[in-house]
Amino acid sequence: MDDFIAARSQMALSLGFHIIFSCIGMVMPFFMAVAHYYWLKTNDHVYLNITKAWSKGVAIFFATGAVSGTVLSFELGLLWPTFMKHAGPIFGMPFSLEGTAFFIEAIALGFFLYGWNRFNRWFHWVTGVVVGVSGLLSGILVVAANGWMNSPSGFDYINGQYLNIDPIKAMFNDAWFSQALHMCLAAFAATGFAVAGIHALMILKGRNVAFHSYAFKIAAVFGGIAAILQPLSGDISAKDIAGRQPAKLAAMEAHYHTSKSAPLIIGGIPDDEAKEVKYAVKIPGMLSFLATGDLNGEVKGLDSIPAEDRPPVAITHFAFQIMVGCGMLMLTIALFYFFAIWKKKEWLRKRWLLSLFVLATPLGFIAVEAGWTVTEVGRQPWIIQGIMRTADAVTPMPGIVYSFYMFTGVYISLSLVVIFLLYRQIRMVDKLYDVPPYSPQTKD
Amino acid sequence: MLYVVIVYLWAAILLYLLLGGADFGAGIIELFTSPANKKSTRKTMYRAIGPVWEANHMWLIITIVILFVGFPAIYSTMSLYLHIPLVIMLLGIIARGTAFTFRHYDAVVDDMQEIYNKIFVYSSFVTPLFLGIIAGSTVSGQIDTQASTFLSAYIQPWFNWFCIAVGFFTVAICGFLAAVYLIGEAGSEADRRMFIRKARQMNIAAVICGGIVFVIAYAQGIPLIRWTFGNPLGLAAIIAATLSLVLLWYLLNKGKTKILRILAGFQVTMILFAATVDHFPNIVVLKNGEYLSLLEHSGHEKAISVLALALLLGSIFILPALFYLIYSFQKKSSASGSGIA
Ligand code: HDD
Ligand code: HEM
Ligand code: HEM
Repeated sequence: MDDFIAARSQMALSLGFHIIFSCIGMVMPFFMAVAHYYWLKTNDHVYLNITKAWSKGVAIFFATGAVSGTVLSFELGLLWPTFMKHAGPIFGMPFSLEGTAFFIEAIALGFFLYGWNRFNRWFHWVTGVVVGVSGLLSGILVVAANGWMNSPSGFDYINGQYLNIDPIKAMFNDAWFSQALHMCLAAFAATGFAVAGIHALMILKGRNVAFHSYAFKIAAVFGGIAAILQPLSGDISAKDIAGRQPAKLAAMEAHYHTSKSAPLIIGGIPDDEAKEVKYAVKIPGMLSFLATGDLNGEVKGLDSIPAEDRPPVAITHFAFQIMVGCGMLMLTIALFYFFAIWKKKEWLRKRWLLSLFVLATPLGFIAVEAGWTVTEVGRQPWIIQGIMRTADAVTPMPGIVYSFYMFTGVYISLSLVVIFLLYRQIRMVDKLYDVPPYSPQTKD
Repeated sequence: MLYVVIVYLWAAILLYLLLGGADFGAGIIELFTSPANKKSTRKTMYRAIGPVWEANHMWLIITIVILFVGFPAIYSTMSLYLHIPLVIMLLGIIARGTAFTFRHYDAVVDDMQEIYNKIFVYSSFVTPLFLGIIAGSTVSGQIDTQASTFLSAYIQPWFNWFCIAVGFFTVAICGFLAAVYLIGEAGSEADRRMFIRKARQMNIAAVICGGIVFVIAYAQGIPLIRWTFGNPLGLAAIIAATLSLVLLWYLLNKGKTKILRILAGFQVTMILFAATVDHFPNIVVLKNGEYLSLLEHSGHEKAISVLALALLLGSIFILPALFYLIYSFQKKSSASGSGIA
């Protein structure tokens, strides 16, 4: 492995790790707020127990999200000093606002976690909501920074110089809205399905059924709604890309030749030599429709892009297929679930519906990782689309390979510890929370 | 607007040193506490820093963001030549932050606790050590932008006696801050006396390390002495710090915890002030004798003014909430006497 690949892999690894924790950090506070609300309204202790159990999980995830985020803010400079030297002042606006949002989140979390029985109950509830809102805001802001890398704006690039900088324009670049919308929905869908899946498993095992059923419902409703909206927002993203990054779209779809009435390619193995996709299902005209809204529209193929500016096709294509595949599965499960709530209440107690949710536990997070792979790999060879190449941005320091191995080790062990802690947390639900009626044993 | 940003940068570094430093220091104290006392140290510490723990940590991120938005050339030079100590510091931050949370939130209490403890105390030591090393290397004049070998480019700028001495000085300062802070949080008279003892020890360690820093600076021709003592403001700050030190020793036994805290904070503020005032606005000294200056190497004007606005706006939201957080937990924990369950 050479240092350049190592630097890219380390960045991808750190972000791929951070995104899981940040999705959970953005979304769980809302689930908690709902459970907390029901507890305050109904005085049903199961809801209190859910809130407390979840808040412990959130504290674990928040800490891991915070340290991995801190690492990222250094890594941008450690791995891409040339990029940061030029890009920092331009796309720094969302980061500086994000600092505020993080701060508010951390303060509100302090109030929430340590504030049980200390403050007015509704003030305490509101601090929980503030944690969620500011978390979501941080997510939107960072994604706006990433959007700028896909759709650079807010400066003039003249003779290799970055002039007339306008950080506000840079923040509201063309990509920020579609990416931020899609990201927020993804966080809700992924976290919702993961949490629902774990609680569904516990219901199937017959453990603490009341506790897990209430928890399941909150997560499934949030996740389900997001999963239904997700493909719609994905369509907005695809149309956006067709305009701003035709090379990325062509790589996603393994679309080699510019053509009208282009087919949508599902599955298959892209062959760069022969410039075709083997063993694929093709739906005529569908790609043109998705990208332009017209069955006969013209879609630019990879042949319209100079060879040195083409992104890797196979990775981008596979990642896109995985994301869309997961999205379709989640959509189907969500539709079943809402149909059951609406017309077929008896389904809700059936093992098959719960089993579907158990199987779907990891789908959302797989889609999140795949989606980011599409966005980032699809932008290659550029770090700033059309302006700066990734290869020109990387640190000249040799030996990044070792740093990559080391961070891989660290992240693997951290993941194992978090899984271990979560497992213990869930196993303890019996002891801590299954003592009806509520007794003072429950510690917070 | 540039000065607004510089003030925020300085304030963020100071607050990280004071609050984050006390936070590291708690782990350092635990490291140097006899096994018998470890448990109560830990309990006091958790009660004291738990609620504001996440917030302390934010000052570092603010510092970094200000650097890369406002002073990109300084940020990228430091990231490049100090890559290795920065990575070690990051590993320390990861280990510490996660171990602290894991040991509190692990649902089962068993042997794992010991592992979290070990990781926590050792990383509490390593992180400020490397923070100090990084700070030392900015002024040691060893960063060589024309370096041609791996050693001279990526190792020598930070791996030298001066930087290491600054690192140990930082560790001692953190331990001192934490000990003074914890005196007021102690649950029992025995604990209180123990923290007073620790505060003394850490203070002596800091003075010794500080002396060593100057000796090495003199030996290596780093103009630290001229900087701190040659500038009237720097000299005044050093004198003020020394006087407050005398006062602090006198008051240590009197149990006036509020004054002690203020004095300790004041001392550290003066030290940072003395260390930065003379060579302001030059924050990084390069080997060829040139400087990276906050005034000359700042980012584009527009970026600076937007950054300043964002910081001012952020403060309006953050500061009242932060004060309320600290205030309510101080009030409630002294009222109930029990703190966090
Ligand atoms: C639960 C997760 C999830 C699901 C089910 C989907 N996506 Fe997605 N997708 C993401 C999670 C995601 C993501 C990880 O959040 C990305 C990466 C960058 C971004 O803004 O969102 C993303 C990026 C992304 C992009 C690239 C955006 C860019 O580079 O600017 C496109 C075109 C789509 N998605 C399209 C879709 C379509 C058509 C889906 C249909 C089902 C879909 N996504 C489901
Ligand atoms: C959390 C979700 C994200 C994931 C999973 C992700 C994934 C990746 C991947 C796979 C690469 C390597 C691409 C390649 O070299 O082929 C990469 C590179 C990079 N990403 Fe992201 N990314 C994410 C979000 C972001 C955000 C929000 C930013 C900045 C604001 C960002 C900045 C970068 C930079 C600077 C690089 C290195 C240059 C490059 O390869 O283009 N990423 N990321
Ligand atoms: C798409 C990518 C990203 C998303 C959606 C995202 C979102 C978030 C969220 C929601 C948090 C709060 C953590 C929690 O509540 O658990 C967080 C933490 C953090 N993120 Fe990210 N982030 C992304 C990428 C990045 C990048 C590229 C950086 C660095 C430049 C970064 C820096 C940070 C930092 C420093 C924290 C810690 C803040 C704290 O202490 O609370 N993030 N992120």
